Amino acid sequence: MPDQVLYAMEAGLNGLMAGVMYALVALGFVLIFKASGIFNYAQGVLALFAALTLVGFQDGQIPFAHLINAIFGTELHNFGWTLPAFVAIVLAAAVMVLLAMVIERYVLKHLVNQPPIILFMATIGMAYFLEGLGDIMWGADIKKLDVGIPQGINDTIESVTDSLLGYGFFIDNLDIVASVVAALLVISLTLFSQYSKQGRALRAVADDHQAALSVGISLRFIWVLVWSIAGFVALVAGIMWGSKSGVQFSLSLIALKALPVLMLGGFTSIPGAIVGGLIIGMGEKLFEFFVGPMIGGATENWFAYVLALLFLVFRPQGLFGERIIERV
Amino acid sequence: MSDGTPQGYTTEDGRRIGGVLMEMKNITLRFGGVKAITDISFDIREGEIRAIIGPNGAGKSSMLNVISGFYVPQEGEVWFRGRRRGPMKPYQVARLGIARTFQNIALFDGMSVLDNIMTGRLTMMKSGLLSQAMWWGGAQREETLHREKVEKIVDFLEIQNIRKTPVGRLPYGLKKRVELARALAAEPRLLLLDEPMAGMNVEEKEDMSRFILDVNDEFGTTIALIEHDMGVVMDLSDRVVVMDYGKKIGDGTPDEVRNNQEVIDAYLGVAHD
Repeated sequence: MPDQVLYAMEAGLNGLMAGVMYALVALGFVLIFKASGIFNYAQGVLALFAALTLVGFQDGQIPFAHLINAIFGTELHNFGWTLPAFVAIVLAAAVMVLLAMVIERYVLKHLVNQPPIILFMATIGMAYFLEGLGDIMWGADIKKLDVGIPQGINDTIESVTDSLLGYGFFIDNLDIVASVVAALLVISLTLFSQYSKQGRALRAVADDHQAALSVGISLRFIWVLVWSIAGFVALVAGIMWGSKSGVQFSLSLIALKALPVLMLGGFTSIPGAIVGGLIIGMGEKLFEFFVGPMIGGATENWFAYVLALLFLVFRPQGLFGERIIERV
Repeated sequence: MSDGTPQGYTTEDGRRIGGVLMEMKNITLRFGGVKAITDISFDIREGEIRAIIGPNGAGKSSMLNVISGFYVPQEGEVWFRGRRRGPMKPYQVARLGIARTFQNIALFDGMSVLDNIMTGRLTMMKSGLLSQAMWWGGAQREETLHREKVEKIVDFLEIQNIRKTPVGRLPYGLKKRVELARALAAEPRLLLLDEPMAGMNVEEKEDMSRFILDVNDEFGTTIALIEHDMGVVMDLSDRVVVMDYGKKIGDGTPDEVRNNQEVIDAYLGVAHD
């Protein structure tokens, strides 16, 4: 096989893996949008906040250390312990559930029956608030996140492809783990929403608030549930992105890449978020590989958005979104 | 007969009507300065079909919304099963065993008919969040049990052939029937129907009337309904409350109400002083 084709295949595969990362963030958006019609601008920051909290717990950082030191003139930084990754993840997940309750209690509850744009604005406010809170609680420095996910080249894939094709593919172990985790997440979320009592209640709320109330569903409970799940998905996304490139505040910007993913996949489809992520991830890598050299490179910055724009023009509901039927 | 003994009464067709299931005492409901309901009292008895009728804007729907907890009245007491009901959220009222349908149909359009009806049983499902999430044995057995009950209702309302159809695609009359099925799935103590015949053609109205009577007969469900089609109401109900301009102007059997001068005036439109 010519080298060019092999390089392209490798680029495509790596694109798929990167797409999984986009999909993980997009998934959180879809969950909240499906259940409440809210476009949650804060989803990226949620992932950042989750990752910060996880690192904080793991390293035994004292929350608000800077603030405490500034006020009381102390020199506190650490509790002096390190927690095992598993314990820290469970604690971080608990914090995300707590956060969901706080968001419901102090933001959503007061905005019931407001138009979607109001709720959207509220999530923008929440995004900046959470970013600031993360900063004050855990500090603004770039942190290393290691929960024991293997990283670096996968030797098996390299040697197998080398012996079969004469060229060893470079696939990162972390990306493989991320793909498996994303697949498990999607399968369990789909099963949950299709076959469980709470899942059915969730879909009911997404469909019609009044009717949901009339069959005895508590909207507040469902909202806490949805935001908790979205928080958990954000934690998973935060772990993956954080392990890959360190926990830093630019993490919240990955939310922007989730937008074209959503436009491709449809805002209301969980499988759509995954497929959209894969298409964007692979598309931008292949585009960069083939077209990039001709026009001076750096196509990865804009390719996803142009693709999304094309979709908006020709198929506004996305690949898997519910068809927009206008009844006359 | 309308103010029957505490033990209940027997209808003309020989059905036994029990004691008081729900009692509204001096209900007044205001929206800002507008009085939607003024000092209305009536009761609903175990096993009866009770209608609330009146011209447009009489406050019938408001009254239904008070019963189902969507509105909280400023004055008056709501008693259900011998206990005074405090201010409650609609979902809490639903859990007490009061199910309802809506005038403008509120179904879950994206879900299948079966799934829609299954939501009616949500409040009765016991297994917790964790076992649901893990799809443990208990949750699975429970689902099967509830499916059986739902299938019975599906058969009863003759909607077997559309079980898997997304509700959004159904015609109006069938949607109404699915909504009834969802309310029935909750095995309610009290079933509230908000204009069950609105917008239906004659044939659909006949079907719906038959189902309402059958539900009452078969499951012994107490039914309170709102309707402005006088003919239908008079045939269906055991007792009728008549409202006009937010006030109660009549209460009794269909015959009593039909001969009530105030009711006749309200329907024929005599000038109000």
